[in-house]
Amino acid sequence: MSSTWQNTGTIARLSTEVNSLPTMIPALTIENLSKVYDNGFEALKGISFQVEQGDFFALLGPNGAGKSTTIGIICSLVAKSGGRVRIFDVDIDVDFPAAKRHIGIVPQEFNFNQFEKALDIVVNQAGYYGLPPALAKERAEKYLRELGIWDQRDVPARMLSGGMKRRLMIARSLIHEPRLLILDEPSAGVDIEMRRSMWAFLKRINEQGTTIILTTHYLEEAEALCRHIAIINHGNIVENTSIKSLLRQLSREVFILDCVEDVPEEIAIDGFIVRRVDSHTLEVEVQKGQHLNDVFSVLGEEGINVSSMRNRANRLEEMFVNLVEGAA
Amino acid sequence: MSLSEQWVAFMTILRKEIKRYLRIWTQTLLPSAITMSLYFVIFGSLIGSRIGEMGGFTYMEFVVPGLIMMAIVTNSYANVVSSFFGSKFSHAVEELLVSPVSNVVILMGYVVGGVSRGLLVAVVVTLVSLFFTHLQIHSYLIVITVVLMTSTLFSLAGFINAVYANSFDDISIVPTFVLTPLIYLGGVFYSMDLLPEFWANVSKLNPLVYVVNAFRYGVLGVSDVSLPIAFGMIIFFTALAFGFSMHLLNSGKRLRQ
Repeated sequence: MSSTWQNTGTIARLSTEVNSLPTMIPALTIENLSKVYDNGFEALKGISFQVEQGDFFALLGPNGAGKSTTIGIICSLVAKSGGRVRIFDVDIDVDFPAAKRHIGIVPQEFNFNQFEKALDIVVNQAGYYGLPPALAKERAEKYLRELGIWDQRDVPARMLSGGMKRRLMIARSLIHEPRLLILDEPSAGVDIEMRRSMWAFLKRINEQGTTIILTTHYLEEAEALCRHIAIINHGNIVENTSIKSLLRQLSREVFILDCVEDVPEEIAIDGFIVRRVDSHTLEVEVQKGQHLNDVFSVLGEEGINVSSMRNRANRLEEMFVNLVEGAA
Repeated sequence: MSLSEQWVAFMTILRKEIKRYLRIWTQTLLPSAITMSLYFVIFGSLIGSRIGEMGGFTYMEFVVPGLIMMAIVTNSYANVVSSFFGSKFSHAVEELLVSPVSNVVILMGYVVGGVSRGLLVAVVVTLVSLFFTHLQIHSYLIVITVVLMTSTLFSLAGFINAVYANSFDDISIVPTFVLTPLIYLGGVFYSMDLLPEFWANVSKLNPLVYVVNAFRYGVLGVSDVSLPIAFGMIIFFTALAFGFSMHLLNSGKRLRQ
Protein backbone atom coordinates (compact mmCIF):
# COMPACT_ATOMS: atom_id res chain seq x y z
CA MET A 1 0.00 0.00 0.00
CA SER A 2 1.24 3.44 -0.80
CA SER A 3 2.12 5.59 2.16
CA THR A 4 1.47 8.76 0.20
CA TRP A 5 -1.13 10.85 1.97
CA GLN A 6 -3.53 12.52 -0.34
CA ASN A 7 -5.47 15.72 0.04
CA THR A 8 -8.87 15.17 -1.48
CA GLY A 9 -9.96 18.70 -0.73
CA THR A 10 -11.47 18.50 2.72
CA ILE A 11 -8.54 20.30 4.25
CA ALA A 12 -9.27 23.26 2.02
CA ARG A 13 -12.53 23.73 3.91
CA LEU A 14 -10.55 23.92 7.13
CA SER A 15 -8.60 26.87 5.86
CA THR A 16 -11.78 28.65 4.86
CA GLU A 17 -13.10 28.32 8.38
CA VAL A 18 -9.79 29.26 9.92
CA ASN A 19 -9.44 32.32 7.77
CA SER A 20 -12.89 33.48 8.77
CA LEU A 21 -11.61 34.01 12.33
CA PRO A 22 -10.24 37.41 13.28
CA THR A 23 -6.54 37.05 12.63
CA MET A 24 -5.47 38.95 15.73
CA ILE A 25 -6.82 36.30 18.10
CA PRO A 26 -4.06 33.88 19.12
CA ALA A 27 -4.78 30.20 18.64
CA LEU A 28 -3.55 29.48 22.14
CA THR A 29 -2.76 31.72 25.09
CA ILE A 30 -1.30 30.28 28.27
CA GLU A 31 -0.79 32.54 31.28
CA ASN A 32 0.93 31.54 34.53
CA LEU A 33 -0.09 27.93 34.09
CA SER A 34 0.84 25.76 37.04
CA LYS A 35 0.30 22.16 37.99
CA VAL A 36 1.09 20.38 41.22
CA TYR A 37 0.20 16.67 41.18
CA ASP A 38 -1.32 14.93 44.19
CA ASN A 39 2.08 13.49 45.10
CA GLY A 40 3.44 17.03 45.46
CA PHE A 41 5.39 17.06 42.19
CA GLU A 42 5.36 20.54 40.67
CA ALA A 43 5.17 19.81 36.95
CA LEU A 44 4.52 23.39 35.78
CA LYS A 45 5.75 26.49 37.59
CA GLY A 46 3.63 29.26 36.12
CA ILE A 47 4.49 29.07 32.42
CA SER A 48 3.23 31.57 29.85
CA PHE A 49 3.37 31.47 26.09
CA GLN A 50 1.25 32.19 23.07
CA VAL A 51 0.76 30.46 19.73
CA GLU A 52 -0.42 32.59 16.84
CA GLN A 53 -3.03 31.46 14.35
CA GLY A 54 -1.52 29.52 11.48
CA ASP A 55 1.74 28.92 13.31
CA PHE A 56 3.65 25.64 13.33
CA PHE A 57 4.86 25.57 16.90
CA ALA A 58 7.24 23.15 18.61
CA LEU A 59 7.14 22.47 22.33
CA LEU A 60 10.42 20.85 23.22
CA GLY A 61 11.89 19.61 26.43
CA PRO A 62 13.50 16.58 28.03
CA ASN A 63 11.39 13.79 29.51
CA GLY A 64 9.47 14.98 32.56
CA ALA A 65 9.90 18.65 31.64
CA GLY A 66 6.15 19.36 31.59
CA LYS A 67 5.26 19.06 27.90
CA SER A 68 2.63 16.35 28.27
CA THR A 69 1.19 18.04 31.37
CA THR A 70 0.76 21.24 29.36
CA ILE A 71 -0.95 19.38 26.52
CA GLY A 72 -3.04 17.40 29.01
CA ILE A 73 -4.35 20.63 30.54
CA ILE A 74 -5.15 22.14 27.14
CA CYS A 75 -7.28 19.13 26.17
CA SER A 76 -8.79 18.57 29.65
CA LEU A 77 -7.09 15.30 30.57
CA VAL A 78 -5.17 17.04 33.35
CA ALA A 79 -6.68 19.51 35.83
CA LYS A 80 -4.60 22.66 36.21
CA SER A 81 -3.62 24.03 39.62
CA GLY A 82 -3.53 27.65 38.51
CA GLY A 83 -3.32 30.03 35.59
CA ARG A 84 -5.40 30.58 32.47
CA VAL A 85 -5.71 28.81 29.15
CA ARG A 86 -7.54 30.36 26.21
CA ILE A 87 -8.12 28.62 22.92
CA PHE A 88 -9.08 31.02 20.14
CA ASP A 89 -9.98 33.42 22.95
CA VAL A 90 -12.29 30.90 24.65
CA ASP A 91 -11.29 30.53 28.29
CA ILE A 92 -11.38 26.87 29.30
CA ASP A 93 -12.67 27.90 32.74
CA VAL A 94 -15.61 29.68 31.15
CA ASP A 95 -16.65 27.36 28.32
CA PHE A 96 -14.46 24.29 28.01
CA PRO A 97 -16.81 22.48 25.58
CA ALA A 98 -16.60 25.43 23.16
CA ALA A 99 -12.82 25.50 23.51
CA LYS A 100 -12.61 21.74 22.91
CA ARG A 101 -14.34 22.13 19.55
CA HIS A 102 -11.26 23.98 18.29
CA ILE A 103 -8.79 21.29 19.34
CA GLY A 104 -7.72 18.06 17.70
CA ILE A 105 -5.34 15.94 19.73
CA VAL A 106 -3.01 13.15 18.62
CA PRO A 107 -1.56 11.62 21.79
CA GLN A 108 1.74 9.82 22.01
CA GLU A 109 0.21 6.54 23.18
CA PHE A 110 -2.45 4.72 21.18
CA ASN A 111 -5.70 5.50 22.97
CA PHE A 112 -8.43 3.72 21.07
CA ASN A 113 -10.29 0.48 21.51
CA GLN A 114 -8.01 -2.04 19.81
CA PHE A 115 -10.98 -4.30 19.00
CA GLU A 116 -12.92 -1.68 17.06
CA LYS A 117 -12.61 -1.25 13.32
CA ALA A 118 -10.66 1.75 12.07
CA LEU A 119 -13.75 3.25 10.43
CA ASP A 120 -15.84 2.85 13.59
CA ILE A 121 -13.20 4.59 15.69
CA VAL A 122 -13.24 7.66 13.45
CA VAL A 123 -17.03 7.71 12.98
CA ASN A 124 -17.59 7.38 16.74
CA GLN A 125 -15.26 10.29 17.41
CA ALA A 126 -17.30 12.40 15.01
CA GLY A 127 -20.39 11.42 16.96
CA TYR A 128 -18.86 12.68 20.21
CA TYR A 129 -18.64 16.09 18.54
CA GLY A 130 -22.30 15.90 17.51
CA LEU A 131 -21.75 15.25 13.80
CA PRO A 132 -24.74 13.40 12.34
CA PRO A 133 -23.95 9.83 11.15
CA ALA A 134 -24.15 10.62 7.42
CA LEU A 135 -21.71 13.54 7.71
CA ALA A 136 -19.51 11.51 10.06
CA LYS A 137 -19.21 8.70 7.51
CA GLU A 138 -18.52 11.13 4.68
CA ARG A 139 -15.73 12.86 6.61
CA ALA A 140 -14.34 9.59 7.91
CA GLU A 141 -13.95 8.34 4.34
CA LYS A 142 -12.22 11.54 3.24
CA TYR A 143 -9.75 11.62 6.11
CA LEU A 144 -9.01 7.90 6.00
CA ARG A 145 -8.36 8.29 2.27
CA GLU A 146 -6.17 11.35 2.81
CA LEU A 147 -4.14 9.43 5.35
CA GLY A 148 -3.91 6.35 3.13
CA ILE A 149 -5.74 3.87 5.38
CA TRP A 150 -9.15 3.70 3.70
CA ASP A 151 -8.38 0.17 2.49
CA GLN A 152 -7.93 -0.86 6.12
CA ARG A 153 -11.21 0.69 7.31
CA ASP A 154 -12.79 -2.63 8.29
CA VAL A 155 -9.69 -3.98 9.99
CA PRO A 156 -9.73 -4.05 13.83
CA ALA A 157 -7.29 -1.44 15.09
CA ARG A 158 -5.10 -4.03 16.79
CA MET A 159 -4.29 -5.55 13.40
CA LEU A 160 -2.88 -2.29 12.00
CA SER A 161 0.85 -1.54 11.91
CA GLY A 162 2.28 1.11 14.23
CA GLY A 163 2.42 3.65 11.41
CA MET A 164 -1.18 2.97 10.40
CA LYS A 165 -2.32 3.33 14.00
CA ARG A 166 -0.58 6.72 14.11
CA ARG A 167 -2.34 7.76 10.91
CA LEU A 168 -5.63 6.52 12.31
CA MET A 169 -5.19 8.80 15.31
CA ILE A 170 -4.45 11.75 13.02
CA ALA A 171 -7.59 11.00 10.97
CA ARG A 172 -9.58 10.77 14.20
CA SER A 173 -8.21 14.09 15.46
CA LEU A 174 -9.21 15.86 12.22
CA ILE A 175 -12.74 14.47 11.96
CA HIS A 176 -14.35 17.55 13.57
CA GLU A 177 -12.04 19.84 11.54
CA PRO A 178 -10.24 21.52 14.43
CA ARG A 179 -8.48 24.86 14.08
CA LEU A 180 -5.70 23.79 16.41
CA LEU A 181 -4.04 20.41 15.98
CA ILE A 182 -1.82 19.18 18.80
CA LEU A 183 0.51 16.25 18.19
CA ASP A 184 2.42 14.66 21.04
CA GLU A 185 5.54 12.92 19.71
CA PRO A 186 3.93 12.05 16.35
CA SER A 187 7.08 10.41 14.98
CA ALA A 188 7.59 8.01 17.88
CA GLY A 189 7.96 4.49 16.50
CA VAL A 190 7.41 5.56 12.90
CA ASP A 191 9.74 4.57 10.05
CA ILE A 192 11.56 7.18 7.94
CA GLU A 193 9.33 6.97 4.86
CA MET A 194 6.21 7.23 6.97
CA ARG A 195 7.72 10.13 8.94
CA ARG A 196 8.53 12.06 5.77
CA SER A 197 5.05 11.57 4.33
CA MET A 198 3.54 12.60 7.65
CA TRP A 199 5.68 15.77 7.64
CA ALA A 200 4.45 16.60 4.13
CA PHE A 201 0.85 16.08 5.22
CA LEU A 202 1.25 18.26 8.32
CA LYS A 203 2.99 20.99 6.30
CA ARG A 204 0.13 20.96 3.83
CA ILE A 205 -2.64 21.32 6.41
CA ASN A 206 -0.62 24.02 8.16
CA GLU A 207 -0.22 25.93 4.91
CA GLN A 208 -3.96 25.70 4.49
CA GLY A 209 -4.57 27.38 7.83
CA THR A 210 -4.56 24.83 10.63
CA THR A 211 -2.43 25.89 13.58
CA ILE A 212 -0.19 23.03 14.69
CA ILE A 213 1.60 22.43 17.95
CA LEU A 214 3.88 19.46 18.23
CA THR A 215 6.12 18.02 20.86
CA THR A 216 8.98 15.94 19.63
CA HIS A 217 12.28 14.42 20.60
CA TYR A 218 13.46 14.63 16.99
CA LEU A 219 14.96 18.11 16.84
CA GLU A 220 15.46 17.63 13.13
CA GLU A 221 11.67 17.38 12.94
CA ALA A 222 11.15 20.66 14.79
CA GLU A 223 13.73 22.40 12.57
CA ALA A 224 12.15 21.01 9.40
CA LEU A 225 8.55 21.83 10.28
CA CYS A 226 8.20 24.55 12.86
CA ARG A 227 8.48 28.32 12.73
CA HIS A 228 8.35 28.96 16.47
CA ILE A 229 9.60 27.03 19.41
CA ALA A 230 9.25 26.96 23.17
CA ILE A 231 11.66 24.93 25.24
CA ILE A 232 10.37 23.76 28.58
CA ASN A 233 12.55 22.38 31.34
CA HIS A 234 11.77 21.57 34.98
CA GLY A 235 8.33 23.17 34.54
CA ASN A 236 9.68 26.49 33.25
CA ILE A 237 9.86 27.95 29.74
CA VAL A 238 13.58 28.49 29.15
CA GLU A 239 13.25 29.74 25.57
CA ASN A 240 10.38 30.98 23.43
CA THR A 241 11.29 32.38 20.05
CA SER A 242 11.40 31.70 16.32
CA ILE A 243 13.54 28.83 15.08
CA LYS A 244 15.52 31.25 12.92
CA SER A 245 16.21 33.55 15.85
CA LEU A 246 17.21 30.60 18.00
CA LEU A 247 19.65 29.31 15.43
CA ARG A 248 21.16 32.77 15.09
CA GLN A 249 22.03 32.57 18.76
CA LEU A 250 24.32 29.63 18.11
CA SER A 251 27.78 30.81 19.15
CA ARG A 252 29.60 27.94 17.50
CA GLU A 253 29.04 25.09 15.10
CA VAL A 254 31.10 21.98 14.52
CA PHE A 255 31.44 20.72 10.94
CA ILE A 256 32.71 17.39 9.65
CA LEU A 257 34.69 17.75 6.40
CA ASP A 258 35.23 14.72 4.17
CA CYS A 259 38.51 15.26 2.28
CA VAL A 260 39.61 13.73 -1.01
CA GLU A 261 43.32 13.77 -0.24
CA ASP A 262 45.15 12.52 2.85
CA VAL A 263 45.04 14.98 5.75
CA PRO A 264 48.42 15.52 7.49
CA GLU A 265 48.47 14.42 11.11
CA GLU A 266 49.69 17.78 12.38
CA ILE A 267 47.25 19.98 10.47
CA ALA A 268 46.43 23.40 11.97
CA ILE A 269 44.35 26.32 10.74
CA ASP A 270 44.90 29.70 12.38
CA GLY A 271 41.96 30.81 14.52
CA PHE A 272 40.06 27.53 14.23
CA ILE A 273 39.95 24.49 16.47
CA VAL A 274 40.65 21.58 14.13
CA ARG A 275 40.71 17.87 14.94
CA ARG A 276 41.83 15.15 12.54
CA VAL A 277 39.30 12.31 12.91
CA ASP A 278 41.05 10.00 10.43
CA SER A 279 43.21 10.28 7.28
CA HIS A 280 40.31 11.71 5.22
CA THR A 281 38.11 13.38 7.84
CA LEU A 282 38.44 16.68 9.69
CA GLU A 283 36.33 18.18 12.45
CA VAL A 284 36.34 21.99 12.47
CA GLU A 285 34.80 24.22 15.14
CA VAL A 286 33.58 27.52 13.71
CA GLN A 287 32.88 30.36 16.16
CA LYS A 288 30.28 33.05 15.46
CA GLY A 289 31.87 35.63 13.13
CA GLN A 290 34.31 33.18 11.59
CA HIS A 291 33.96 32.05 7.96
CA LEU A 292 34.29 28.58 6.53
CA ASN A 293 35.85 30.10 3.42
CA ASP A 294 39.02 30.67 5.47
CA VAL A 295 39.14 26.97 6.28
CA PHE A 296 38.69 26.01 2.62
CA SER A 297 41.43 28.49 1.58
CA VAL A 298 43.97 26.96 3.96
CA LEU A 299 43.03 23.43 2.94
CA GLY A 300 43.28 24.45 -0.74
CA GLU A 301 46.77 25.80 -0.17
CA GLU A 302 47.68 22.42 1.36
CA GLY A 303 46.31 20.70 -1.75
CA ILE A 304 43.37 19.19 0.08
CA ASN A 305 39.96 19.21 -1.60
CA VAL A 306 36.74 18.82 0.42
CA SER A 307 34.22 16.42 -1.14
CA SER A 308 31.39 16.93 1.36
CA MET A 309 30.54 18.64 4.61
CA ARG A 310 27.91 18.24 7.37
CA ASN A 311 27.10 19.45 10.87
CA ARG A 312 28.43 17.14 13.58
CA ALA A 313 25.06 17.36 15.33
CA ASN A 314 21.75 18.89 14.43
CA ARG A 315 22.12 22.63 14.99
CA LEU A 316 18.96 22.87 17.00
CA GLU A 317 20.06 19.92 19.06
CA GLU A 318 23.21 21.78 20.10
CA MET A 319 21.13 24.79 21.05
CA PHE A 320 18.64 22.61 22.92
CA VAL A 321 21.38 20.90 24.91
CA ASN A 322 22.95 24.27 25.75
CA LEU A 323 19.64 25.68 26.97
CA VAL A 324 18.55 22.64 28.92
CA GLU A 325 21.94 22.06 30.52
CA GLY A 326 22.25 25.76 31.25
CA ALA A 327 18.94 25.75 33.07
CA ALA A 328 19.69 22.57 34.99
CA MET B 1 -23.18 21.61 22.28
CA SER B 2 -26.78 21.95 21.14
CA LEU B 3 -29.39 19.45 22.28
CA SER B 4 -29.40 17.73 18.90
CA GLU B 5 -25.60 17.38 19.02
CA GLN B 6 -25.82 15.95 22.55
CA TRP B 7 -28.41 13.48 21.24
CA VAL B 8 -26.05 12.42 18.45
CA ALA B 9 -23.26 11.94 21.01
CA PHE B 10 -25.58 9.93 23.27
CA MET B 11 -26.68 7.69 20.40
CA THR B 12 -23.05 7.21 19.37
CA ILE B 13 -22.10 5.94 22.83
CA LEU B 14 -25.22 3.76 23.01
CA ARG B 15 -24.65 2.27 19.55
CA LYS B 16 -21.04 1.55 20.43
CA GLU B 17 -22.10 -0.19 23.65
CA ILE B 18 -24.74 -2.33 21.92
CA LYS B 19 -22.28 -3.26 19.15
CA ARG B 20 -19.75 -4.26 21.80
CA TYR B 21 -21.94 -6.72 23.68
CA LEU B 22 -23.47 -8.13 20.50
CA ARG B 23 -19.99 -8.67 19.04
CA ILE B 24 -19.02 -10.78 22.05
CA TRP B 25 -22.46 -12.38 22.56
CA THR B 26 -20.91 -15.67 23.65
CA GLN B 27 -19.50 -13.85 26.66
CA THR B 28 -22.39 -11.48 27.29
CA LEU B 29 -25.70 -13.11 26.33
CA LEU B 30 -25.16 -16.88 26.15
CA PRO B 31 -23.84 -17.48 29.71
CA SER B 32 -27.03 -16.11 31.30
CA ALA B 33 -29.20 -18.39 29.19
CA ILE B 34 -27.14 -21.43 30.19
CA THR B 35 -26.81 -20.51 33.88
CA MET B 36 -30.50 -19.75 34.22
CA SER B 37 -31.43 -22.99 32.48
CA LEU B 38 -29.40 -24.82 35.13
CA TYR B 39 -31.10 -22.87 37.91
CA PHE B 40 -34.50 -23.72 36.45
CA VAL B 41 -33.62 -27.41 36.19
CA ILE B 42 -31.90 -27.80 39.57
CA PHE B 43 -33.73 -25.36 41.86
CA GLY B 44 -37.01 -25.26 39.99
CA SER B 45 -37.61 -28.81 38.79
CA LEU B 46 -35.38 -31.19 40.78
CA ILE B 47 -35.23 -29.59 44.24
CA GLY B 48 -38.25 -27.32 43.83
CA SER B 49 -40.61 -30.21 43.26
CA ARG B 50 -39.75 -31.48 46.78
CA ILE B 51 -40.10 -28.06 48.43
CA GLY B 52 -43.77 -27.62 47.76
CA GLU B 53 -45.52 -24.26 47.71
CA MET B 54 -43.95 -20.92 48.59
CA GLY B 55 -46.01 -17.76 48.94
CA GLY B 56 -48.97 -19.62 47.53
CA PHE B 57 -47.23 -20.69 44.32
CA THR B 58 -45.24 -23.71 43.19
CA TYR B 59 -41.56 -23.24 43.93
CA MET B 60 -40.82 -23.00 40.20
CA GLU B 61 -43.37 -20.20 39.78
CA PHE B 62 -41.99 -18.46 42.86
CA VAL B 63 -38.35 -18.64 41.86
CA VAL B 64 -38.65 -17.63 38.19
CA PRO B 65 -39.18 -13.85 38.75
CA GLY B 66 -36.19 -13.74 41.11
CA LEU B 67 -33.98 -15.57 38.63
CA ILE B 68 -34.98 -13.25 35.78
CA MET B 69 -34.21 -10.27 38.01
CA MET B 70 -30.87 -11.86 38.98
CA ALA B 71 -29.92 -12.03 35.30
CA ILE B 72 -30.93 -8.39 34.76
CA VAL B 73 -28.94 -7.19 37.77
CA THR B 74 -25.74 -9.08 36.94
CA ASN B 75 -25.80 -8.24 33.23
CA SER B 76 -26.54 -4.52 33.64
CA TYR B 77 -23.77 -4.25 36.19
CA ALA B 78 -21.29 -6.36 34.23
CA ASN B 79 -21.87 -4.47 31.00
CA VAL B 80 -21.03 -1.04 32.33
CA VAL B 81 -18.24 -2.08 34.67
CA SER B 82 -16.38 -4.05 32.02
CA SER B 83 -16.98 -1.61 29.16
CA PHE B 84 -16.11 1.57 31.04
CA PHE B 85 -13.14 0.03 32.84
CA GLY B 86 -11.95 -1.37 29.50
CA SER B 87 -12.08 2.16 28.07
CA LYS B 88 -10.17 3.46 31.06
CA PHE B 89 -7.59 0.69 30.82
CA SER B 90 -6.97 1.23 27.09
CA HIS B 91 -7.20 5.03 27.51
CA ALA B 92 -9.99 5.01 24.90
CA VAL B 93 -12.06 6.96 27.43
CA GLU B 94 -9.86 9.93 26.48
CA GLU B 95 -11.76 10.05 23.17
CA LEU B 96 -14.80 11.10 25.19
CA LEU B 97 -12.99 13.25 27.73
CA VAL B 98 -11.32 15.47 25.11
CA SER B 99 -14.59 15.94 23.21
CA PRO B 100 -17.23 18.55 24.11
CA VAL B 101 -19.82 15.91 25.06
CA SER B 102 -21.29 16.62 28.50
CA ASN B 103 -20.73 14.37 31.51
CA VAL B 104 -24.41 13.53 31.86
CA VAL B 105 -24.49 12.32 28.25
CA ILE B 106 -21.41 10.15 28.84
CA LEU B 107 -23.05 8.62 31.92
CA MET B 108 -26.43 8.10 30.25
CA GLY B 109 -24.81 6.56 27.17
CA TYR B 110 -23.10 3.89 29.26
CA VAL B 111 -26.09 3.39 31.57
CA VAL B 112 -28.62 2.98 28.77
CA GLY B 113 -26.17 0.58 27.12
CA GLY B 114 -26.23 -1.48 30.34
CA VAL B 115 -30.03 -1.22 30.52
CA SER B 116 -30.36 -2.46 26.95
CA ARG B 117 -28.26 -5.53 27.72
CA GLY B 118 -30.29 -6.11 30.89
CA LEU B 119 -33.49 -5.97 28.85
CA LEU B 120 -32.16 -8.28 26.15
CA VAL B 121 -31.01 -10.84 28.69
CA ALA B 122 -34.36 -10.54 30.48
CA VAL B 123 -36.12 -11.49 27.25
CA VAL B 124 -33.73 -14.41 26.64
CA VAL B 125 -34.09 -15.74 30.20
CA THR B 126 -37.87 -15.31 30.15
CA LEU B 127 -38.07 -17.31 26.93
CA VAL B 128 -35.91 -20.03 28.51
CA SER B 129 -38.17 -20.08 31.58
CA LEU B 130 -41.20 -20.80 29.39
CA PHE B 131 -39.72 -24.27 28.77
CA PHE B 132 -40.08 -24.96 32.49
CA THR B 133 -43.17 -23.09 33.65
CA HIS B 134 -46.17 -21.12 32.54
CA LEU B 135 -45.72 -17.39 33.22
CA GLN B 136 -48.77 -15.31 33.93
CA ILE B 137 -48.02 -11.62 34.23
CA HIS B 138 -50.00 -9.82 36.95
CA SER B 139 -49.07 -6.28 35.77
CA TYR B 140 -47.05 -5.55 32.64
CA LEU B 141 -46.66 -1.92 33.72
CA ILE B 142 -45.03 -2.87 37.02
CA VAL B 143 -42.87 -5.52 35.36
CA ILE B 144 -41.52 -3.12 32.74
CA THR B 145 -41.06 -0.26 35.23
CA VAL B 146 -39.17 -2.44 37.69
CA VAL B 147 -36.95 -3.92 34.99
CA LEU B 148 -36.01 -0.47 33.69
CA MET B 149 -35.40 0.98 37.14
CA THR B 150 -33.39 -2.00 38.32
CA SER B 151 -31.15 -2.18 35.29
CA THR B 152 -30.58 1.58 35.58
CA LEU B 153 -29.63 1.26 39.26
CA PHE B 154 -27.16 -1.55 38.66
CA SER B 155 -25.72 0.03 35.54
CA LEU B 156 -24.94 3.08 37.67
CA ALA B 157 -23.40 0.85 40.33
CA GLY B 158 -21.25 -0.77 37.63
CA PHE B 159 -20.13 2.65 36.46
CA ILE B 160 -19.02 3.64 39.99
CA ASN B 161 -17.10 0.38 40.30
CA ALA B 162 -15.40 1.00 36.94
CA VAL B 163 -14.29 4.50 37.91
CA TYR B 164 -12.68 3.23 41.12
CA ALA B 165 -11.17 0.07 39.61
CA ASN B 166 -7.45 0.01 38.95
CA SER B 167 -7.22 -3.52 37.58
CA PHE B 168 -9.40 -6.23 36.11
CA ASP B 169 -9.37 -7.89 39.56
CA ASP B 170 -11.13 -4.83 40.95
CA ILE B 171 -14.06 -5.22 38.58
CA SER B 172 -14.70 -8.80 39.68
CA ILE B 173 -14.32 -8.24 43.44
CA VAL B 174 -17.59 -6.33 43.88
CA PRO B 175 -19.73 -8.72 41.80
CA THR B 176 -18.24 -11.72 43.57
CA PHE B 177 -18.13 -10.53 47.17
CA VAL B 178 -20.93 -7.96 47.27
CA LEU B 179 -23.41 -8.36 44.45
CA THR B 180 -23.74 -12.15 44.48
CA PRO B 181 -24.34 -12.39 48.28
CA LEU B 182 -26.87 -9.55 48.05
CA ILE B 183 -28.70 -11.35 45.25
CA TYR B 184 -28.75 -14.68 47.08
CA LEU B 185 -29.90 -12.97 50.30
CA GLY B 186 -32.36 -10.76 48.44
CA GLY B 187 -35.25 -13.22 48.40
CA VAL B 188 -34.64 -14.77 45.01
CA PHE B 189 -34.94 -18.31 46.37
CA TYR B 190 -37.07 -17.83 49.49
CA SER B 191 -39.81 -15.74 50.99
CA MET B 192 -38.79 -13.25 53.69
CA ASP B 193 -41.46 -14.84 55.88
CA LEU B 194 -39.06 -17.75 56.38
CA LEU B 195 -36.47 -15.53 58.07
CA PRO B 196 -36.37 -14.77 61.81
CA GLU B 197 -37.59 -11.23 62.53
CA PHE B 198 -34.07 -9.91 63.14
CA TRP B 199 -32.71 -11.14 59.79
CA ALA B 200 -35.88 -10.06 58.01
CA ASN B 201 -35.22 -6.52 59.30
CA VAL B 202 -31.56 -6.68 58.32
CA SER B 203 -32.63 -7.79 54.86
CA LYS B 204 -34.50 -4.52 54.45
CA LEU B 205 -31.12 -2.80 54.03
CA ASN B 206 -30.53 -4.90 50.93
CA PRO B 207 -31.69 -3.11 47.76
CA LEU B 208 -32.11 -6.48 46.04
CA VAL B 209 -35.00 -7.31 48.40
CA TYR B 210 -37.03 -4.42 46.99
CA VAL B 211 -36.05 -5.13 43.42
CA VAL B 212 -36.87 -8.84 43.56
CA ASN B 213 -40.13 -8.36 45.44
CA ALA B 214 -41.37 -5.52 43.26
CA PHE B 215 -40.70 -7.65 40.18
CA ARG B 216 -42.31 -10.69 41.77
CA TYR B 217 -45.38 -8.57 42.49
CA GLY B 218 -45.50 -7.55 38.83
CA VAL B 219 -45.39 -11.21 37.75
CA LEU B 220 -47.25 -13.09 40.48
CA GLY B 221 -49.10 -10.34 42.33
CA VAL B 222 -47.44 -11.16 45.69
CA SER B 223 -44.61 -9.44 47.52
CA ASP B 224 -42.87 -9.60 50.89
CA VAL B 225 -42.57 -5.81 51.03
CA SER B 226 -45.10 -3.10 50.23
CA LEU B 227 -44.96 -1.97 46.62
CA PRO B 228 -44.76 1.80 47.30
CA ILE B 229 -41.88 1.22 49.72
CA ALA B 230 -40.15 -1.03 47.18
CA PHE B 231 -40.47 1.64 44.44
CA GLY B 232 -39.41 4.36 46.89
CA MET B 233 -36.28 2.44 47.88
CA ILE B 234 -35.34 1.68 44.25
CA ILE B 235 -35.76 5.37 43.36
CA PHE B 236 -33.74 6.39 46.44
CA PHE B 237 -30.83 4.06 45.63
CA THR B 238 -30.92 5.07 41.95
CA ALA B 239 -30.84 8.78 42.79
CA LEU B 240 -27.95 8.14 45.18
CA ALA B 241 -25.97 6.20 42.57
CA PHE B 242 -26.72 8.78 39.86
CA GLY B 243 -25.65 11.68 42.08
CA PHE B 244 -22.43 9.94 43.05
CA SER B 245 -21.65 8.97 39.44
CA MET B 246 -22.10 12.57 38.33
CA HIS B 247 -19.88 13.74 41.18
CA LEU B 248 -17.15 11.35 40.01
CA LEU B 249 -17.41 12.59 36.42
CA ASN B 250 -17.58 16.29 37.32
CA SER B 251 -14.66 16.10 39.72
CA GLY B 252 -12.68 13.98 37.24
CA LYS B 253 -11.68 11.71 40.09
CA ARG B 254 -9.67 8.75 38.77
CA LEU B 255 -10.40 9.88 35.20
CA ARG B 256 -8.36 13.06 34.91
CA GLN B 257 -5.00 13.65 36.55
